[in-house]
Amino acid sequence: MIFLRQMPNFRVWKRTANASWSQAVSLSTWTAAHVGHCSVMTTYQEFIQQNEGRDGVRFSWNLWPSSRLEATRLVVPVSCLFTPLKERPDLPPVQYEPVLCSRANCKAVLNPLCQVDFRAKIWACNFCFQRNPFPPSYAGISEVNQPAELMPQFSTIEYIVQRGPTAPLIFLYVVDTCLEEEDLQALKESLQMSLSLLPPNALVGLITFGRMVQVHELSCEGIAKSYVFRGTKDLSSKQIQEMLGLTKPAASGQQGRPLAPQDAAASCRFLQPVQKVDMNLTDLLGELQSDPWPVPQGKRPLRSTGVALSVAVGLLEGTFPNTGARVMLFIGGPPTQGPGMVVGDELKTPIRSWHDIQKDNARHLKKATKYYEAMANRSAVNGHSIDIYACALDQTGLLEMKCLSNLTGGHIVMGDSFNTSLFKQTFQRVFSKDNNGDFRMAFGGVLEVKTTRELKVCGAIGPCVSLNSKGSCVSENEMGIGGTSQWKVCSINPSTTLGFYFEVVNQHNAPVPQGGRGAIQFVTQYQHSNTQRRIRVTTIARNWADAQSQIQHIESSFDQEAAAVLMARLGVFRAESEEGPDVLRWLDRQLIRLCQKFGQFNKDDPTSFRLSESLSLYPQFMFHLRRSPFLQVFNNSPDESSYYRHHFVRQDLTQSLIMIQPILYSYSFYGPPEPVLLDSSSILPDRILLMDTFFQLVIYHGETIAQWRKAGYQDMAEHEVFKLLLQAPLDDAQEILQTRFPMPRYIDTEHGGSQARFLLSKVNPSQTHNNLYAWGQETGAPILTDDVSLQVFMDHLKKLAVSSSA
Amino acid sequence: MNVNQHTPMASPYGQPQPGYTQPGYAPLDGGYPAPYAPYNGPASPYQPGAPPQGYSPFTSFPSKAVAANPVSDLSSPLDLGISGPARGPPTTGPPPISAPQQYNQYSHSQGDMQNGPPPMTQAQPRPPVSQPYNPGAMNMSGPHPTYPQHYGPPPTMQQVSNQMSGMQITSGPPTPAGPGYAPPHSSQPPVSTAYSAAPPPSYTQAPPPVSSAPTQPPPSGPAASQQYYGSPPPPSQQPFNSSLPPTSQQQFTSSSVPPPPSQQTLPPSSYSGPAPPAGQPPAPPVSQPQQSFPPSQPPFSSAPPPTSQPAFAPGPPPTAPGSFPPRAPPPSSQPGSYPPPTSAPSCQYPGPLPPQQQPPPSQPFPYHSGPPPPRAQMPPTSMAQSNHLPPGPQGPPGPPGPLQQPPSQPGMQTGYPPQQNGAFGQVRGPQPGYAGPYPGQPNYGAPAPAPAPAPPAQKRLDPDAIPSPIQVIEDDKAKSTEPFTTGVRGQAPPLVTTNFQVKDQGNASPRFVRCTAYNMPCTADMAKQSQVPLAAVVKPLATLPPDETPPYLVDHGEGGPIRCNRCKAYMCPYMQFIEGGRRFQCGFCSCVTEVPPHYFQHLDHTGKRVDCYDRPELSLGSYEFLATVDYCKNNKLPQPPAFIFLIDVSYNAVKSGMVSIVCQELKTLMDYLPRENPEMDSIVRVGFVTYNKVLHFYNVKSSLAQPQMLVVSDVSDMFVPLLDGFLVNVNESRLVIESLLDQIPEMFADTRETETVFGPVIQAGLEALKAADCAGKLFVFHTSLPIAEAPGKLKNREDKKLIGTDKEKSLFQPQVGFYNTLAKECVAQGCCVDLFLFPNQYVDVATLGVVPVSTGGSVYKYTYFQAQSDQERFLNDLRRDVQKPVGFDAVMRVRTSTGIRATDFFGSFFMSNTTDVELAGLDCDKAITVEFKHDDKLSEETGALMQCAVLYTSCSGQRRLRIHNMAVNCCSQLADLYRNCETDTIINFFSKYAFRGVLNNPTKAVRDTLVNQCAQILACYRKNCASPSSAGQLILPECMKLLPVYLNCVLKSDVLLPGADVSLDDRAYLRQLISCMDVTETHVFFYPRLLPLMKLESGSLPVAVRDSEERLSKGGVYLLETGLHLFLWVGASVQQELLLNIFGTPSFGQIDSSMTSLPVLDNPFSQRLREIIDSFRAQRSRYMKLMVVKQEDRAELIFRHFLVEDKSVSGGASYVDFLCHMHKEIRQLLS
Repeated sequence: MIFLRQMPNFRVWKRTANASWSQAVSLSTWTAAHVGHCSVMTTYQEFIQQNEGRDGVRFSWNLWPSSRLEATRLVVPVSCLFTPLKERPDLPPVQYEPVLCSRANCKAVLNPLCQVDFRAKIWACNFCFQRNPFPPSYAGISEVNQPAELMPQFSTIEYIVQRGPTAPLIFLYVVDTCLEEEDLQALKESLQMSLSLLPPNALVGLITFGRMVQVHELSCEGIAKSYVFRGTKDLSSKQIQEMLGLTKPAASGQQGRPLAPQDAAASCRFLQPVQKVDMNLTDLLGELQSDPWPVPQGKRPLRSTGVALSVAVGLLEGTFPNTGARVMLFIGGPPTQGPGMVVGDELKTPIRSWHDIQKDNARHLKKATKYYEAMANRSAVNGHSIDIYACALDQTGLLEMKCLSNLTGGHIVMGDSFNTSLFKQTFQRVFSKDNNGDFRMAFGGVLEVKTTRELKVCGAIGPCVSLNSKGSCVSENEMGIGGTSQWKVCSINPSTTLGFYFEVVNQHNAPVPQGGRGAIQFVTQYQHSNTQRRIRVTTIARNWADAQSQIQHIESSFDQEAAAVLMARLGVFRAESEEGPDVLRWLDRQLIRLCQKFGQFNKDDPTSFRLSESLSLYPQFMFHLRRSPFLQVFNNSPDESSYYRHHFVRQDLTQSLIMIQPILYSYSFYGPPEPVLLDSSSILPDRILLMDTFFQLVIYHGETIAQWRKAGYQDMAEHEVFKLLLQAPLDDAQEILQTRFPMPRYIDTEHGGSQARFLLSKVNPSQTHNNLYAWGQETGAPILTDDVSLQVFMDHLKKLAVSSSA
Repeated sequence: MNVNQHTPMASPYGQPQPGYTQPGYAPLDGGYPAPYAPYNGPASPYQPGAPPQGYSPFTSFPSKAVAANPVSDLSSPLDLGISGPARGPPTTGPPPISAPQQYNQYSHSQGDMQNGPPPMTQAQPRPPVSQPYNPGAMNMSGPHPTYPQHYGPPPTMQQVSNQMSGMQITSGPPTPAGPGYAPPHSSQPPVSTAYSAAPPPSYTQAPPPVSSAPTQPPPSGPAASQQYYGSPPPPSQQPFNSSLPPTSQQQFTSSSVPPPPSQQTLPPSSYSGPAPPAGQPPAPPVSQPQQSFPPSQPPFSSAPPPTSQPAFAPGPPPTAPGSFPPRAPPPSSQPGSYPPPTSAPSCQYPGPLPPQQQPPPSQPFPYHSGPPPPRAQMPPTSMAQSNHLPPGPQGPPGPPGPLQQPPSQPGMQTGYPPQQNGAFGQVRGPQPGYAGPYPGQPNYGAPAPAPAPAPPAQKRLDPDAIPSPIQVIEDDKAKSTEPFTTGVRGQAPPLVTTNFQVKDQGNASPRFVRCTAYNMPCTADMAKQSQVPLAAVVKPLATLPPDETPPYLVDHGEGGPIRCNRCKAYMCPYMQFIEGGRRFQCGFCSCVTEVPPHYFQHLDHTGKRVDCYDRPELSLGSYEFLATVDYCKNNKLPQPPAFIFLIDVSYNAVKSGMVSIVCQELKTLMDYLPRENPEMDSIVRVGFVTYNKVLHFYNVKSSLAQPQMLVVSDVSDMFVPLLDGFLVNVNESRLVIESLLDQIPEMFADTRETETVFGPVIQAGLEALKAADCAGKLFVFHTSLPIAEAPGKLKNREDKKLIGTDKEKSLFQPQVGFYNTLAKECVAQGCCVDLFLFPNQYVDVATLGVVPVSTGGSVYKYTYFQAQSDQERFLNDLRRDVQKPVGFDAVMRVRTSTGIRATDFFGSFFMSNTTDVELAGLDCDKAITVEFKHDDKLSEETGALMQCAVLYTSCSGQRRLRIHNMAVNCCSQLADLYRNCETDTIINFFSKYAFRGVLNNPTKAVRDTLVNQCAQILACYRKNCASPSSAGQLILPECMKLLPVYLNCVLKSDVLLPGADVSLDDRAYLRQLISCMDVTETHVFFYPRLLPLMKLESGSLPVAVRDSEERLSKGGVYLLETGLHLFLWVGASVQQELLLNIFGTPSFGQIDSSMTSLPVLDNPFSQRLREIIDSFRAQRSRYMKLMVVKQEDRAELIFRHFLVEDKSVSGGASYVDFLCHMHKEIRQLLS
């Protein structure tokens, strides 16, 4: 690493002393061996962790079935979770550009898996087998003098592209002013605060909206000036730019000569460097008033969210296409007028519920969704992402607007009020910085997948849009967002994780040679938050295995955590477009088939059913997934569902698993804090429970503990231990709160408390009013629900798995 | 009375007139014909007619006959021929040509004159009629010129009467007038001298008349009698006749004695007087004479005028000095000087008088002849055109001809000469000629010869011999010393030019309502026959002078104003309480309605309510009701109104300085928003918008440290970006507003945006008012044609090639329909738009003005605005416009008695149905002209009632009803109608009618229509009310004797007759402007006030002079005001002292003609002059920029444009020419 840091660019690297190379070589050799002989490795567990740590990749299968037929029989597809910008403090970027395969339709990046002929200065592409000469600058390479990208430990490497102009980051605040005074004040303060967090050269803009949409001009002295758009009129991007005076009058006459973006940037009065307009903008925000239009009784305020977004997108589109930009939308209620309206302004008409949607009774749903989708796509094309910060007690239309963030990689944050720490800290965390002082965000990412010929990519699920790049490695079988080998991820942060699904296309009668490996290369081009263009390349390889002869190997290479998340993503993806029950049925069928494939049982004898260790947890994940808000809409508003799903399809594996199956810690006098079963049996009077569902952090005090606390024992010197016990979960929770984005809802409750429902709804209802007495009363708390418990679920699963008729 | 007199006169006069008129007119006609191809046609007819008339006289007087005949015959032929030549020479040439022709003409005229005299005799009967009418009589007689102006006409009448009876003698009293005249005479004398020759001829002619007279006498006699005796016309006439017959012709001769009295009247014609002086001052004095006459008039010298006739009488009697004496007295003034000449004067008088009277009347008639058709046509404008066509020969060719022919004027002159000769010529001529004539007169035979000589001199019609507006105005001033009480039904108020006080005794003050006729015909047939428009000009919110009480506010409680159940008329003095006061009967529809208990009151023995005088609505003509919520939009009491200022900030606007001036001024104006109680702050809220291609709204909420600008670029679909903070209370947001107004000019100082929008600007204001749910007013300051892409976008369509074609009308129509729709929306919201234009080029006022005009707003136009020179005018206009009392969201409804109906409305408003006049805004300067038509019979007993109710929101946000009641008489005799008309109001109606007509008809057709209708009016009078007389005689009703001159002004206005340098915008602007003017404004607009400034006295204004270049003296300084312009004309040879007093510079050359205000000099003259100028400006609704015009300077062209009695550069006829033309038209109608 040190040595790499000494090489600002390739040329420098060529001139560096040979001495430093030995180390690199040794490293690379080790890695190569490691990769090549994984099967020999101690455990897959370690291998998986290592891979994840280095490449940010978790595959469902770490040995790949060598034919299409076998692959399909494995039920869980060959797929992976990939975190493109996984934080790698130990991976400094190299200051040169990647060497590409010269075949036009390949363009794979030179990587450690390539065959290199040092003498002839030729390398062979491991994807298309094209032999490429090294560029002249690589003239000095040899076995002992290799560039980093050839070293095995650099299976993930990051390049800095020096070409092209760098554009500053852009933050465009789109602020709803139809807020309560208190909320608005809090929001204003948050926004003002955020100015201090932005890099000084970042461009910032402000759009406010209510009944009208105002684009504030920031460059002017004296009178504050803003351009106003009517909230009910859908405007084309061109119209918006004309109205903002962004097109030169002459240009309109001589069409065909597109305006150079730089010119536009220079003349754009609406986006100005923070350092220049800091004061102005702070004042401007300070003077923001609630929407001045009176709201008659029985009406909602008129909120033109749709047009405001359209203006924001149009503004950026016209001035900074293909530049990293965030549109940050702050809303305090649903759009009530104009395009994208979600609900009318009559309060007597409530906003749509799942019930309405199922009855096809949501008047504005389709239209609004279509509108926001179109907007999201436009925004994505230009590489701008859209964040939604929705703080209201009622729904705000996230269902319709979710695609804005989903497709552009933006955040969605949902809260009750802007005047809560949940919002304030979450918002602050958007601007968190890494060790180098750079924002943990990247822009305008284009992620390309290249596969060796036995594999094709079926699709991706994550905060991305397809770039419709049809290549030889694109499968016709779509899973998720497919039909392409390139996706655009407008905003990426270090935890952004996409699921990629592959298809083995190798025919059964054309076996892969023994010891053959399949490879996948992820090429991620993006704009770093310090405005550099960078390319991160991750090349991974896995061994092929014959499913007939090596089924145990394959089984043991199963990553049930990754598989659960990947299957869950597929399920959620389907749930977006299909009816809930269908999705559940599909998931069940997949689970049953998997159990049939890998379970050990006697036909029609459920009691004989066994699963190996590598699959043992998988059914449990599926059980909780079925109950999760990602697939169940009961008790959730459409907005909440959208919100949960949004986060589910973008978080990394660990977070995703927490979402599927919340973590429950137990604190007691009987020992150190320990994770306990997410089960009603874990709810005991003398325990304190800490549950992390990702979205909520619940601290639950058991009945006895609660009574003690009420009695104030913790304040008594002789009961200091009790005080410590009470404090322990709080500290742990604080730790989680510190790192989580978005900030979870923090709930401190106790036995019998109304908020205890958050806990009760998550635990496995092993004890209910139905079986309460059967299970005895010494432990746990009954859950009043008709939901099946894990036990029942497993019983059914076994029965179905072993059934010969299934 | 007059009318009556006239009517009777008719017969007698008719004959006499024939003689006079014929000759005179014939020529005139001839003259016209030439000019107006079409006329030629008529001409010929006339000629025929003329011949007879002429012949008659001639026959009677062979000598004259010979001359006359030839003349008459010749006249027509001559006219034709002459017309050609005359026209050629017209301007200059005229004289020469005219000379020969004139001779003929004069001869004719003389003949006329002579005829006149006879008519005079007949006229005399007139005098009897009503002395006031004497003028009419005067008209009959040559004297008209002078008389017409003042008493001229009356004289004739009087004369007649005088002649007819001793009355004349009594008329002698008029002599007092005489004195007045005397001076004139003196001045005139010169003229007379010149003309003297001519006059004589006239007289000579007179003799011929004599012959005719005999025949005439009978009729004249009766007429006269009637006149004098009014009611018993016949008898009186007869008496007169008996006496007159001889008198008429003989009058001069034998009757001379009796005539004397008439002569006395003649004295007024005093021209005769002048005549003596004739020798002294020739023509120039003429004008003076007129002036002088005016004075004479005051005495009612109208009576005196008759004296003029008497003069004739005297003339005839010249022999009879005794007679003269009386005459002399009449011309008392003259007397002194003239006494000796008296005889001559008398002669002159007769001469002049007859001519005057005759000519004028006759002239009018001719015109009418044309007009009548027009009227019929007029209504259906297009129809009119077509109709015109028929007359077409005359009309079509005529108009063009006339216009162009102005050259024809020569012809005109030729023509005029005759007439004028008759009238004018006589006037002048009379004096000189009179002497001759008189002598001749006595001997009719002699006259004949005289004529011959006279003609040459008379060639030119004497302008002094035709009715003079100045004379009429001065007379009216003199007689209106008492406050005008409105209690008497059918009483015509003093003229608009007169200062008078009004006492409301049950009818609306003339400041609120003026009618064209205060005696309405009972039947539709009569109305149709007379063609006199029945209209009222209503100025509902007119400002009253401080000494008059503004309308009282009446509150009838929660139930709202008490109204008739059926027609919904509001409680007014015309409601009759019956059944002990329990019910009332509606004066309009006769429906009986219960009196609500709370309003009950007992009646006294006369049937009046006991509380009658405690309640304004029962005793006054004008008052206000407090409206209840039922009278409000959406049944909600109105919100306080708002003023929104929309300022163009494009390059031109900034560069011209307009933006900074407006902003600077608005800062102070904010303290002067309209309010009803000066003690209170105005509740009017204000808002600000600037714009170029996009609109900038400003948030000036009081809580802001700085104003905020909100730019709306979506002009295609306008909306208001904010509500709270846009319309604010001035006091609360004062600091923010001032900061804004300070910054606006800075912000746009460097703008390079040249394109503007307009439609969206109004939409923006409208939307703002809609959002605030209030009514209000937009002040738009705009510079250029809105070519930016937006609704209401316009293109430059200025195409001068279209002028004069059938497509010309399209230039007055809006270019796009957008603004009509917008205007409708504005009206619905109560959004009034005032537009201030600062164009540097064509801006299409016709289109931009649509919204202001439809919403009761105003358009102000400052072409080539330059801060330095135009700032003052603009700022004063702006100040006044912002401060003036205004009502919002108004609806006006006019209810009338059964039998008539308000059928048409003219003004700045919008109508969505046929009865309700909707005005988004109604300010104190806006007038609405309402036309009435019969739909049934009216009864003489009840008269015709009208009630004009205006529902509006006051500037304090109160909903009110302003009620104006007006009752006029009804008549079954046409004469009554003609006796109680108001020419100024008629002109107001005609101008609005015509100016609206140009929207849909070719301008030419509109002009023809006007001329035709006017001719019909006068012809009808001539036919039905005037005593029979020669067709060649022009007889004008006393009340309408100025109709021709004023009508000519309308016809010559830039709208109807554009000069080459008049832009389309100017025409459209004027067209729109006139549509909401009241009578005062139209009067001064069409006939500007021209004051000689050589001598100024504090406390009184100098007497104005007529708008003719002839009246300007090289050594004088004159002030001319039109209500829109103010000129100070400086003669080239002004005395140094005067220059020093005014300009502080001793030399003419050093006067800076670019100055817009006079230097403040510490001398009484300068002070007084500036006082006068200030007072003029204060009188008008728009500030008049002062232009200093030096004689011979280039700018003089502009100035001359306003000398409306002269031929205009663009082809407008001179007064004299037009009068001739009118006469021809009338004759054509009569034949």
